[in-house]
Amino acid sequence: MTDATLDGELPLSLEPSYLGAGHSLASWLTSTDHKRIAILYAISITFFFFLGGIAITIVRIELFTPEADVVSADTYNKLFTFHGIIMVWFFLVPSIPTTLGNFLLPLMIGARDVAFPKLNLFSWYLNITGGLCTMYALIAGGVDTGWTFYTPFSTMFSNTHVIAAAMGVFIAGFSSIAAGVNFIATTHMLRAPGMTWFRLPLFVWAMYATSLVMVLATPVLAVTLLLLIMERWLHLPIFNPALGGDPILFQHLFWFYSHPAVYIMVLPAMGVVSEVITCFARRRVFGYDFMVYAMVGIAVIGFFVWGHHMFVAGQSPYASIIFSFLSFIVAVPSAIKVFNWTATLYRGQISFEAPMMYALGFLGLFTVGGLTGLFLASIPVDIHVTDTYFVVAHFHYIMVGGSVSAYFAGLHYWWPKITGRLYSEAWARFAAILMFFGFNFTFFPQFIAGYLGMPRRYHVYPPEFQVYNVMSSTGAVVLAAAYLLPLFYLGRSLIWGARAGNNPWDATGLEWQTTSPPPRENFPVIPRVAGTPYDYHPVTEAPTSGRRNVHSESDQG
Amino acid sequence: MLSFLMPEAASAQAVKTDDIYYLLLGISAVIILVVSALVIGFSIRYRRGSKAKRGAMPAFFSREFEIGWTSATLILALFLFWWAASSQLSGLLAPKGALEIHVVAKQWMWKTQHPNGASEINELHAPIDTPVRLVMTSQDVIHSFFVPAFRMKQDVVPGRYTETWFNATKLGVFHLFCAEYCGTDHSRMLGKIVVMSKEDYGRWLSAQPQGDNLANEGAVIFEARGCSGCHAESSKVHAPKLRGIYGRPVQLAGGKSVIADDAYLRDSMLMPKRDIVAGYEPIMPSYKGILDDGEIQSLTAYIRSLSTEGEKR
Repeated sequence: MTDATLDGELPLSLEPSYLGAGHSLASWLTSTDHKRIAILYAISITFFFFLGGIAITIVRIELFTPEADVVSADTYNKLFTFHGIIMVWFFLVPSIPTTLGNFLLPLMIGARDVAFPKLNLFSWYLNITGGLCTMYALIAGGVDTGWTFYTPFSTMFSNTHVIAAAMGVFIAGFSSIAAGVNFIATTHMLRAPGMTWFRLPLFVWAMYATSLVMVLATPVLAVTLLLLIMERWLHLPIFNPALGGDPILFQHLFWFYSHPAVYIMVLPAMGVVSEVITCFARRRVFGYDFMVYAMVGIAVIGFFVWGHHMFVAGQSPYASIIFSFLSFIVAVPSAIKVFNWTATLYRGQISFEAPMMYALGFLGLFTVGGLTGLFLASIPVDIHVTDTYFVVAHFHYIMVGGSVSAYFAGLHYWWPKITGRLYSEAWARFAAILMFFGFNFTFFPQFIAGYLGMPRRYHVYPPEFQVYNVMSSTGAVVLAAAYLLPLFYLGRSLIWGARAGNNPWDATGLEWQTTSPPPRENFPVIPRVAGTPYDYHPVTEAPTSGRRNVHSESDQG
Repeated sequence: MLSFLMPEAASAQAVKTDDIYYLLLGISAVIILVVSALVIGFSIRYRRGSKAKRGAMPAFFSREFEIGWTSATLILALFLFWWAASSQLSGLLAPKGALEIHVVAKQWMWKTQHPNGASEINELHAPIDTPVRLVMTSQDVIHSFFVPAFRMKQDVVPGRYTETWFNATKLGVFHLFCAEYCGTDHSRMLGKIVVMSKEDYGRWLSAQPQGDNLANEGAVIFEARGCSGCHAESSKVHAPKLRGIYGRPVQLAGGKSVIADDAYLRDSMLMPKRDIVAGYEPIMPSYKGILDDGEIQSLTAYIRSLSTEGEKR
C-alpha cells in the first residue's frame, strides 16, 4: 500500500459517491443502483454463510467421536441438509456474481448501471424470499433429505418440511435466472465505445459464461423441484416407483442442473483470480484468448457431464462410459487455466498483498480439487468413492478452497473500490494464510478417510475412522477462525480504515479509472477504450518494478 | 500398503481399482509438484524489485507453447479415460454360472438370500475365489450396497433390480455399508461380509435352518397365488408358457423383443399390461400389492429353474 500515491489519478470527484446518495434504510432497500444492490447481496450472503457455518460446526463437533454424543440422528441429518441447501443456493451460487459481479460488471465495461436495474433489485428480493422460505423450514422443524432431495425418500418417506425447503430453492432459482439475464443483456448492450469482446476483462467473460449456465440450467432445477413438490403434495406419480414412477429420472434432472451449478460457482472464481494475478504480477495475462475459450468451453461441456454423479445409480453402463469420457474432456480447459495463471507469473514483478495471497491459495486448492476430479471421472475409482468422504473432500476443494478463496481474493482486491477504505494488510495476509492451512487441515484427511471407505452423511461411524475425523474437526476450528477474522478487520476498516485513493493497486481495469467509491452514475464521462485490459507493460517488454505510467483511458471527447 | 492410508484389498476388482488409483495419484503428485515448484520459484525469483533479469518475452513463450500443453493435457485425459474405461468394461458382467445371491434392502437393514433359500439379516456369507452375483432391490427408498474391501458399490433401487458382482480373494470379515443416504438410521444400516473357504461355506450353508429352496418356495407360491391357473403346462387358458423362457428373447406385440430376465419377469407380474407377448390377449391382472419382493424373487427363481431343467433334458 505504501506505493499508492495519488499522482496521475482522477481528482476525487465533485459528485458524491454512491454511498452518500441517501442514508436511510429505504434508500438502500429501494435502490436500483447496481452497487447498492451488490451491498445488499453481500450482507445477505454473509448472513447465510455464517448460518450454514453454524450448522456444519455442530456436525463437525458430533464427528469428533464415533458414537452419537451431541445430537440425535434426526437432528444430525437435518443439520447437514441445512448446511448443504443454504451453502449451495444461498451462498455459493449467488456469492461472486451477485456481489462482485453486480458491483463491477457495469464498471468494467464502462456502463452506468446494468441493463435492467429494477429486475436487479427484484432478484435480490426473490433471493431473500427464497431464503426466508427455507429458513421457515428450519424453524418449523427442519428438513432431512440432504441437499440433493433424492426421491422417493424426499417425496414419500421423509416426515420433514421438504415442500417449504424446496419452495425456497425454487424461488431463489428465479433470482439466479434474473441475474443471468441481466448480465447477458448488460454485456451485449452497454459496453463503452471501443470495448470490443476481446478487450473485455476476463472477469466479465467469466460473468458472461456463468450467466449462460444460470439461464439455461436453472429452469431445469425449477421444473424438477416443482415435480417433486407435486408428487409430495398432490401424490402425482412421477418419481415414486410404487406408482410406476422412476426415481432415477429425478437424479438425471437434478444433476442436469447441479453439475453445471458447480461451474456457476467456479467460473466467477476463475474470473476474479485472473484479475488479481495479473495485477500483482504486473503482467499481461498469458494467453488471453485461450483463457476466454477455456471458460466458454467449460460452460458448454459442463452441461454434458451430469451422468458422472450416477455411475452406481443404475444407469446404463454404456451411458456411464460416455459420461466418463466427457468428464475427462472437461478437465482440459481447467488445466489450461492453471497453466496460464502460472505462466502469467513468469518474468513478472510479483508482490504479495492480501488479494494475491488469497489468489495463490485458490491456485493451489483448485489444482488439488481439479486433479481429484480425474479420480471421479474414472469409473472404477468413482464406484469405490461415490458417496464417501473422498467426494466430500473433492467438492469442498473446488467450491470452498476454490470459490470461497477467490471470493475473498476479490473482496480484498476491490474493497478499496467498494468502500474507499484500506483494511489492515497484516491481518488480511494472516487470515489468508490461516484459511489456506485451515482448509487443508480440514479437508485433506477426508480424501484418505473416503478412500478407506467412510461413507458421507454418517452420524455414527466405525472407530477406525476416528483419527481422520478428529483431524478434520480440529482443522475446522482453524478454518472457522480464518473465516471470522475478515468480519473484524474489514468491519473495522469501514470506520477507521485509511482513505484508499482511487487506485491503490495501480491496476489497469476501467473500474479503477473512476473515483473510489464510485459516484452513482459510475463515470463522469463514459470512457473510450483504446487497448487490451491488462496493459501493465508494453507487449514485447517485461514489466518494470517502477510505477506504471498511469494514463487515464477516459477520453474527454 | 499402510493400512491407515489404503483399505484392505480383498477382491479381484479391488486390485484393479487400486492400480488406477495409484496411477492417478502418481500423475497428480507430478502435476502438483511442477505447478507448485513453478509458482514458488517464480514468486521468489520475480518478486517485485528483485534483480532477476526479465528482458523481453522469450520467443518460445508463445501461442505454440499454449497449443502444446493443451494437446498434452488432452492426450493425457484420453489415455486415462481409455485405461479406466477398458478396465471397467472387462469386468462389467458377472461370469456365467456365478453364485446368485438375492438382496432386499429396507430402512434400515439388509436381507440376503442364498440359492438354497437360507437367508441372513445384515450378513452375507460367501465362498472365496467364487464369482458371486448380487441381484438387489429395495422395499422403500434408495440404498447402496457398499463393500470397501471389494471396491464395490451399487445403488439398490425400489421398483427395479440392480446387479453387481464380486470375486473375493481373501478370507475374513469385511464391512458392508449403506452408502446412499436413506433416512434416520442411515449410519446404522451396516452389515458384515464373511468370506469363507469353499468347504466352510458348504458346511455353513447346510447348517442353516433350511429355508425352503427358493425355487421350491416359488413353486408353492405359483400354485397358491393362482399363477398356475393360466401359466401351468396343463392350463387351457391361452397364456404364455414359462418353461425355457428365462434368459431368452421374448417377442412382444408391436415387434420389439426383450430378454426375459429378472427385471422383465418382475415387471410382467406387477405391470402385465406394459409388455404384451406377441400372440396373447392382455388379460392378466396386476399382482402389485399382492406379491411382496421376497415372493417375486421366489417366483423368479422357480421360473429360472424351469429353464435349467429344460437344459438338462
